[in-house]
Amino acid sequence: MVLTEMTSAGDEETGPFMNVHVTVNGAPRSATVETRTLLVHFLRENLSLTGTHIGCDTTNCGACTILLDGKAVKSCTILAVQADGRELRTVEGLETDGKLHPIQEGFIEEHGLQCGFCTPGMMMCSVALLQKNPHPTEEQIRRAISGNLCRCTGYVNIVKAIQHAANKMAGPSGGGRP
Amino acid sequence: MIPPRFEYFAPSSIDEAVQILDRFGGEAKVLAGGQSLLPVMKLRLAEPRALVDINRIPDLAHIREDAKSLRIGATTRTNDLNDSELIHARYPILSDAAYEIADPLVRNMGTVGGNVSHGDPANDLPACMLALGAHFVVRSPTGTRTIPAKEFYQDTFVTALESNELLLEIQIPKARPGQGNAYVKLEKRIGDFPIVGVAANLVLTTKGTIESAGLALTAVGPTALKATEAERHLVGKAPEDDAFQRAAELAQEITSPVSDLRGPAEYKRAMVRVLALRALHRASARAHGGA
Ligand SMILES: Cc1cc2nc3c(=O)[nH]c(=O)nc-3n(C[C@H](O)[C@H](O)[C@H](O)COP(=O)(O)OP(=O)(O)OC[C@H]3O[C@@H](n4cnc5c(N)ncnc54)[C@H](O)[C@@H]3O)c2cc1C
Ligand code: FES
Ligand code: FES
Repeated sequence: MVLTEMTSAGDEETGPFMNVHVTVNGAPRSATVETRTLLVHFLRENLSLTGTHIGCDTTNCGACTILLDGKAVKSCTILAVQADGRELRTVEGLETDGKLHPIQEGFIEEHGLQCGFCTPGMMMCSVALLQKNPHPTEEQIRRAISGNLCRCTGYVNIVKAIQHAANKMAGPSGGGRP
Repeated sequence: MIPPRFEYFAPSSIDEAVQILDRFGGEAKVLAGGQSLLPVMKLRLAEPRALVDINRIPDLAHIREDAKSLRIGATTRTNDLNDSELIHARYPILSDAAYEIADPLVRNMGTVGGNVSHGDPANDLPACMLALGAHFVVRSPTGTRTIPAKEFYQDTFVTALESNELLLEIQIPKARPGQGNAYVKLEKRIGDFPIVGVAANLVLTTKGTIESAGLALTAVGPTALKATEAERHLVGKAPEDDAFQRAAELAQEITSPVSDLRGPAEYKRAMVRVLALRALHRASARAHGGA
């Protein structure tokens, strides 16, 4: 990785800067940002992908959850420069060709949201769970979303939404393993 | 909250990393998972001039067993302990702890090396390392040295690591027949730091008495605490409630918990005894082949 621009040591205003190249939802994107820029700000402000939310900024709520090389992480506690050269997936990438992802359908069908603030993070966390474990038990679902807080729903319908997606993704013949 | 400004380096070798650390003479910090360091920087409790991101150094993330040791690379993610069959089967104390550290998202970033080097008495892995008799392999520009876990923790956020040293690997004595261990943690809610945590490791002789014992405590002192007297008391005894009761009392004696949002000091001290008993019984059951 190269430092593209660097301000002088005495400069109190900005910098140092770096160029960050990532793949977001399959497309290459890049921007020059201060080294201290958090990944969530990079997504929202530099790439205008505002689906990823900031709820707490203290690594507690999970509203900022995205997938980094396939793993669910809190983008408020990662530097944009750490993501250079890596693959990101955000809530904007769930819908394909005008068709909702099963997890999005699940949240609609099961009323998995009220204000919706936690929903992008919840869905990204669920997508990672279902990739790793296509047939999670309720206990496994609850453990998996334990880093994602919802102030509205009481979680019951969120769990149902994830189960809905798991069944849908397993297909008509799937859903075998408990 | 955005952290203060810093120069960012992402070296691709260990040598390069320790040279950068050396050049900044204490003003640079290692960035591993960032799940403790970035929150602390956002709060301006740390303002390093430079960050040395070690995630692009190859071969620093591994879990493997050789003839003598279990070797865990510094950038192994906390969740990798959870996902490892080897750890579940042979070092269950580490999967007990990893399962309850923070939440799955933090564990996907947070590293084993960061957890043991941060020096926070509330981190769960240091007590496990003390109970297991781990050694930490560290590198500086002048060479490599090995530090026993029991000499590593000096004070809150103060460890034996010099500012130009990088932790490379954790080495844990290889699991033996007759060995069992467990970590028991009391938390206010899922994903939180512990109110109290206790790590226990027992090795039994073929006759069934205790050959060696490790017992260590989380969040009840300035660092993770090794309960040396309690360990000594256990050696040679039968792994039964009598010996465990006395060991738990001896462990309680070395604690100095503080009252905070997680509970009053007296409560925490009382819980040390309860959790030490649970951890010792579970370790013993596992040494006898149970889960
Ligand atoms: C919401 C939340 C809840 C949490 N709950 C828990 C919990 O219950 N239990 C628990 O144990 N932890 C908990 N943590 C902390 C978490 O486990 C961190 O991941 C861990 O403490 C630090 O690991 P890291 O890789 O993120 O290190 P970093 O944040 O990158 O670094 C931490 C410190 O260690 C130093 N360091 C890191 N790696 C090395 C190395 N290889 N060589 C030399 N120095 C190094 C850094 O310079 C820094 O000073 C929690 C964190 C959050 C945000
Ligand atoms: S905004 Fe990242 S965890 Fe709350
Ligand atoms: S729907 Fe409002 S926070 Fe979850």
